Amino acid sequence: MPCNQATNRQRHTLYFFSNLNYSYMSLKKLNNKVIHSETRAICGLSVNSEDMQVLIDASKTLLEVLREDLGLTGTKHGCELGECGACTVLCDGKPVMSCLVLALECEGVKIETIEGMASDGQLHPLQQAFAEHGGSQCGYCTPGMLMTAQSLLEHKANPDREEIHEALSGNLCRCTGYQQIIESVEAAATAISEPGAKTTGSGS
Amino acid sequence: MSQPEKFRIIGKKRVRVDALSKVTGQTVFADDISLPRMLHCKLLRSSVPHALIESIDISLARAHPGVHLVLTGADFPVEYGILPVSQDERPLCRDKVRFVGDPVAAVIARDEQTASEALALIDVTYQPLPTISDVDQALAPGETQLQEYAEEGNIHRRLSYSFGDVDEALEQADHVFEDTFLYESNTHMAMEQHASVAAADPDGRVTLWSSTQCPHYVHRALAKALEMPAAHIRVIACPNGGGFGGKTDPFNHEIVVTRASLLLGRPVKICLTREEVFYCHRGRHQVTMKLRTGVTRDGKLTGMHLQTLLDGGAYGSYGIASTFYTAALQPVTYQLPRYSFDACRVFTNKPPCGPKRGHGTPQPRFGQEIQLDKIAEKLEMDPAELRLGIIAPPDSLTCNYLKIGTTGLGECIERVVEKSDWKDKHRKLPDGQGVGLACGAYMSGAGTAIYWNKMPHSGVQIKLDRSGAVTVYCGATEVGQGSDDVLVGLVAEVLGVDPIDIKCFTGDTDLTPVDLGSYSSRVTLMMGNAAIQAAGRARELIAKAVAVKLEIPEDHIGFDDRLVFDVGDPSRKLSFQEAVVCAEEKYGTLVVAGSYAPPKSAGRFPGAGVGPSPTYSYTAAVAEVEVDTITGIVEVSRIYIAHDIGRSLNPVLVEGQVIGGVYMGIGEALMEEHSMRRLPPRLSEALVLSNPSMLDYKTLTMHDMPEVVVEIVEDPDPEGPFGAKEVGQGPLLPIMPAIANAVYDAVGVRIDEVPITPSKVLRALSKKAAGRDARTGPRDFPEIKWPQAIFVLPPDEGGDGKASNKPERKRAAKMHTMDKVTSS
Repeated sequence: MPCNQATNRQRHTLYFFSNLNYSYMSLKKLNNKVIHSETRAICGLSVNSEDMQVLIDASKTLLEVLREDLGLTGTKHGCELGECGACTVLCDGKPVMSCLVLALECEGVKIETIEGMASDGQLHPLQQAFAEHGGSQCGYCTPGMLMTAQSLLEHKANPDREEIHEALSGNLCRCTGYQQIIESVEAAATAISEPGAKTTGSGS
Repeated sequence: MSQPEKFRIIGKKRVRVDALSKVTGQTVFADDISLPRMLHCKLLRSSVPHALIESIDISLARAHPGVHLVLTGADFPVEYGILPVSQDERPLCRDKVRFVGDPVAAVIARDEQTASEALALIDVTYQPLPTISDVDQALAPGETQLQEYAEEGNIHRRLSYSFGDVDEALEQADHVFEDTFLYESNTHMAMEQHASVAAADPDGRVTLWSSTQCPHYVHRALAKALEMPAAHIRVIACPNGGGFGGKTDPFNHEIVVTRASLLLGRPVKICLTREEVFYCHRGRHQVTMKLRTGVTRDGKLTGMHLQTLLDGGAYGSYGIASTFYTAALQPVTYQLPRYSFDACRVFTNKPPCGPKRGHGTPQPRFGQEIQLDKIAEKLEMDPAELRLGIIAPPDSLTCNYLKIGTTGLGECIERVVEKSDWKDKHRKLPDGQGVGLACGAYMSGAGTAIYWNKMPHSGVQIKLDRSGAVTVYCGATEVGQGSDDVLVGLVAEVLGVDPIDIKCFTGDTDLTPVDLGSYSSRVTLMMGNAAIQAAGRARELIAKAVAVKLEIPEDHIGFDDRLVFDVGDPSRKLSFQEAVVCAEEKYGTLVVAGSYAPPKSAGRFPGAGVGPSPTYSYTAAVAEVEVDTITGIVEVSRIYIAHDIGRSLNPVLVEGQVIGGVYMGIGEALMEEHSMRRLPPRLSEALVLSNPSMLDYKTLTMHDMPEVVVEIVEDPDPEGPFGAKEVGQGPLLPIMPAIANAVYDAVGVRIDEVPITPSKVLRALSKKAAGRDARTGPRDFPEIKWPQAIFVLPPDEGGDGKASNKPERKRAAKMHTMDKVTSS
């Protein structure tokens, strides 16, 4: 059987187009050649300070490998196009859309996901603040939002509202209207900079 | 049970019960589920908007390595649909496709990539039919018919009702205002895409996990479409990553994966791409509307005639209900002695429309609130004063027999007027800046179920364990609104324990009693009342047992702080756990249930089922905007909003729902549009979506969101659990018209259309500069042949709620109701 050993990029394009086959492609079919994705690779990733080696399809994105091969389903997909920020993880401390990078590109990179945010059974101040101030409703944008916020607070203590808007503008949320997310980030910033400060007015 | 004077849990800010799971990424959404030997499904969707399916050749796909199964419409002989009156959908199209995106085949393979490759190998031969692309084409007579069961041609249904003699009411008015509006279609765009996993048991039973708001309705649809007993199907609603009405239909993909799993004996998963979610739609109908309203010179409404035309897309979905909703709730906000409406839904070759937050009510609300602004201007009245003078009174029946309970609308208006400095700003701000006011009302749950039955709308079961653990079961679905938190909070309040002592299981047709689902803002009220009843029964059993042990009367037993004690001498006490043991010793295994069904509506005419609700919430909002006259861009600087919620159960969640509703309202007002375009001729000219991606569709980012000042009005309503009414949908309603009214205040142009895009503003501004009518909006309402109206005499005029013949017109004498209207 004829077999095209397509390059990674071609396959990625193929995947993209087959998703949109009824809107941007004509009724012309993609050619009937069988295209196999047999290019596999061993990928070494450092995720949440744990070193992992996993055998993956070479064309997989970091998002797919996290969710499907490493069982780290905390990172979400919302669009597969890098438009919504739900898939945000930290790569060497910077927010990155994991749906837009290949897993193999991340070898040697320090990756942080939502699963690593709490440490030693203690919530990160951002997680605590989101819980207390209503920063999370359906919870779907939350991991990406928290990752981006974590990066912000690691680079800028006590950001003002403009800086929070700027940093988090790439994370869409459909539930909260953002206001309680902003309040959560501000409360967490306060908690981090003044460890004794009372950041909550709520019970529980 | 009677309401306590002081709450320990209700009304206090609390970390919601699922918060920690969500902030640690541990909440399991449907696509997070992975089962051993799981296969993956992809759907092939039509690339043509309207065609007969001549043939499908799946042989190459079936032979593709890694493919386990290929299904087509031939494998699904039974039609289904959410409404009994429009069972017009097939899991996979068999004879005909009706919109680009209509599913025609399914591939189940070892992984998504393989399934996608195989989709490309399926050969479908279509015989194209003419495309019906908008309401004008749908209304035009012709040979092309999308759905054979349509009332006439591509007219799905026409409704015509008259509550009182409206022609007379308009004749007797001092002014009649006639306005036409257009509200474009928009969609839910929940962050989580639809996903489902089905797993068959070797004994032929099957479980479906799905991102659905209505597991009970999915349960029924599966049984019908798969021709299996519902008792052998289990549907588990995973926590939804947002729903907003987009996950309330039973879906093609849910039925396909369930059948596939049964055929293969292996779990099958599907997750829709974002583009597919846009095509699934079931979002807000495009509505053209015309309001003719009679007003007295001192600003009282005498009557209204409303006409609406809905573009339904290709299938029925909730469309008939949506059609009723574009009209039925108009009289709930302001006093309206007489009211008539004609509503029409048509089929077009576009993604089907259904319910989106507000479900049919935002569109006519937009129209009425702008019209009231025009009325206020003409009568030289302040828009807030005008509304305050016509608020529908509490504990009254509207002219179309809807029962209004509490109404805090007056207080809501007063609060936003005060907070926003309305009186110093309206018509007083510099050019380019403006404020606008609008109000809204919404149901706290639809009074009628989707399928007619005499059973409860919500059931809650409580199990008490000897460890003191309390387990609560309810079919309601957590979609982000906080229903799990409401459930646990109410039970904790009644039993005097803490939320951490309670586990809840929701949305599982095997484990939980039926709750109809998370739609029409019904869950807090209906689940809440059922929960209070169940918890009350558990409390009673415990109280009786402890009373015997402490040798005191039952009504001397108190529940607080995880203790059960003698109210007269609190040192005589048991821990909650000891009290449960005491009760189990006396009564045996402790399991109780509570349920709720809404009161019967007063209307007795056909169609009276849509509109009634146990009680309505009310909202008022002031929008402050800045309009750039060169670019036409409207920026919202601030929103002041007051919502009459009856009782705020958890203020953090309440505020979140209000602000979330405002956010979605601003998006709808300014930028959200589910619009279509034609592909170029060299690419089939198919009717496709213009913007099926999240950034193209356009919603607000954090940058665009203004500050929202939230006021909560609490006047407990006896129908609600501890007095609570809804908050999930009401706050959205006034935002769109408030912004439109603010634009008029800012630059003197009327945009009688949603979304209020820069080009529409510029068009109106240039008309204004040229001395023409400074308005962008539809010119007129299309000609439609309406059926004879069902006539119902309003209760104020001696009606009994039944349809009757129209009484003879008495042209000379004034009706006694007119005196009621003109008197304040």
